[in-house]
Amino acid sequence: MSAMEVTLAGVTLKNPVMTASGTFGSGMEYAAFGDLGRLGAVVTKGVAAVPWPGNPVPRVAETPSGMLNAIGLQNPGVEVFCTRDLPFLKQFDTKVIVNVCGHSEAEYCEVVERLSEEPVDLLEINVSCPNVKEGGIAFGQDPAALSAITRSVKRLARQPVIMKLSPNVTDIALMAKTAQDAGADAISLINTLLGMKIDIYRRQFVLANRTGGLSGPAIHPVAVRMVYQAAQAVQIPIIGMGGIASAADALEMMMAGATAVSVGTATFADPLTVFKIARDMEAFAETQGIRDIREIIGIVK
Amino acid sequence: MNQIFQEHCRVLSQEELAPGIFSLWLQTEGIAAAARPGQFVSLYCRDRQKLLPRPVSLCEIDRKTGALRLVYRVTGPGTGTEEFSRLATGEEIRILGPLGNGFPLEEAEGRRTILVGGGIGIPPMLGAAKALTAGGFRPQAVLGYRDNLFLKEDFEARVSVVTATEDGSCGWHGTVLDAIKGEAMDPEIIFACGPRPMLKALAAYAAERNIPCWISMEERMACGVGACLGCVCETAAVDDHSHVHNARVCTDGPVFLSREVVL
Repeated sequence: MSAMEVTLAGVTLKNPVMTASGTFGSGMEYAAFGDLGRLGAVVTKGVAAVPWPGNPVPRVAETPSGMLNAIGLQNPGVEVFCTRDLPFLKQFDTKVIVNVCGHSEAEYCEVVERLSEEPVDLLEINVSCPNVKEGGIAFGQDPAALSAITRSVKRLARQPVIMKLSPNVTDIALMAKTAQDAGADAISLINTLLGMKIDIYRRQFVLANRTGGLSGPAIHPVAVRMVYQAAQAVQIPIIGMGGIASAADALEMMMAGATAVSVGTATFADPLTVFKIARDMEAFAETQGIRDIREIIGIVK
Repeated sequence: MNQIFQEHCRVLSQEELAPGIFSLWLQTEGIAAAARPGQFVSLYCRDRQKLLPRPVSLCEIDRKTGALRLVYRVTGPGTGTEEFSRLATGEEIRILGPLGNGFPLEEAEGRRTILVGGGIGIPPMLGAAKALTAGGFRPQAVLGYRDNLFLKEDFEARVSVVTATEDGSCGWHGTVLDAIKGEAMDPEIIFACGPRPMLKALAAYAAERNIPCWISMEERMACGVGACLGCVCETAAVDDHSHVHNARVCTDGPVFLSREVVL
């Protein structure tokens, strides 16, 4: 038996496989397809201080080996999350990572404070959503803004803080380093790549929001490259994501430098994917004679 | 919550009913037995570049044999639906279902009922017609086509049918609402599926007459199970689940009471 445990900012996960924010709700919809207790962690959909209605439809569009989304962080707000979704998740033997979103620093801080007394293992601060006009990516594309929001959140947070970074930047290593220097306990990357699709018959944007975030296998090599570059720049743990659809993809991400991995869009192509990856990674480790999965983290230099 | 199955289903038969409109019978293990009219299934493509499942409404459900009939339109060259249209008897396709809420057909009890289908919204109304007639009800069907007819005989074998065509080639020349008014149908409840303008017109007609109108909505979907919030529709009141004026078409719908959604 290979040891599959990994540790993120002092929190031990039974295996490195987790869900990616926004693709798994708060676990309720997928609990029928597999045991959430088999996952290292469940990362929730973005939670804001108050309910957010999100963007107009159409919000999703398929692209070759990927998809665009512009949901706009629709969510029921932190109160509903704490009273309905969190108790549901706590029934399972898995770690809970709450993705936090806001339009302003004050809104992020409000959610972080509200969660401080809740049974949440880690916070993932979403400063990289490309689909909201205020907040979101605005904090994740400018090093000074990223540094400021990271410091503010860290001052209030009772749980370790993961900063979720955007790939829509020139220098990911700089952003990773900035988050680390501002006190982030971990970073996760990549969020979606900003994209656009046009319906040539209607001569119109496919998404009501015009632009959307590209995810799925199409972005996997970009994600591996960025995780690698970030891993060369920081010492804090990295959660790698972007197009992971198999155990092989997950292992690639870990070898690039990720301590844990998130599975997102692949869940839409098969609701069993994240559970299969958790199982297949263990089988791979066994057959490859890997005694401890941590051996492969960042093994490619 | 309804049980959802992911199955590899064998194709029992496939035929083209009208240009671009295909009828596919599939053998399921658990999906058909658990399904209700108005629900849908998601079909996965073999082409791995096409990640997202395609939602297709249930046309007929044979609970005894486990067979499902899907009638769908091929949306263009190189699409997932074109891939499905090439499936031959004996081949397999991966599907997820049953999904969504289905029509509350028990509401037809004691009410003069019309089933309205427009275009590719016609197929789910056949399942509703079958279930209602099996339950001893006598609904009428109103079918609206652009030009080419399909499934009309399947309806006529079970219920009385009024037809409307945009080109006037069959039945009333005009919309389903022209036909309903022209025939002075006087319904007490409506179940409908079709294009947005048709649903909007029916909702207004139902509101005028103060009768319930249950409509099956369509929206671009990703997950199909309520997680991604891709396929929402606007609701008149704050939704219980989302806590905003949005409901998920895939799980809270696809069938909604017309006055509860904003069309």
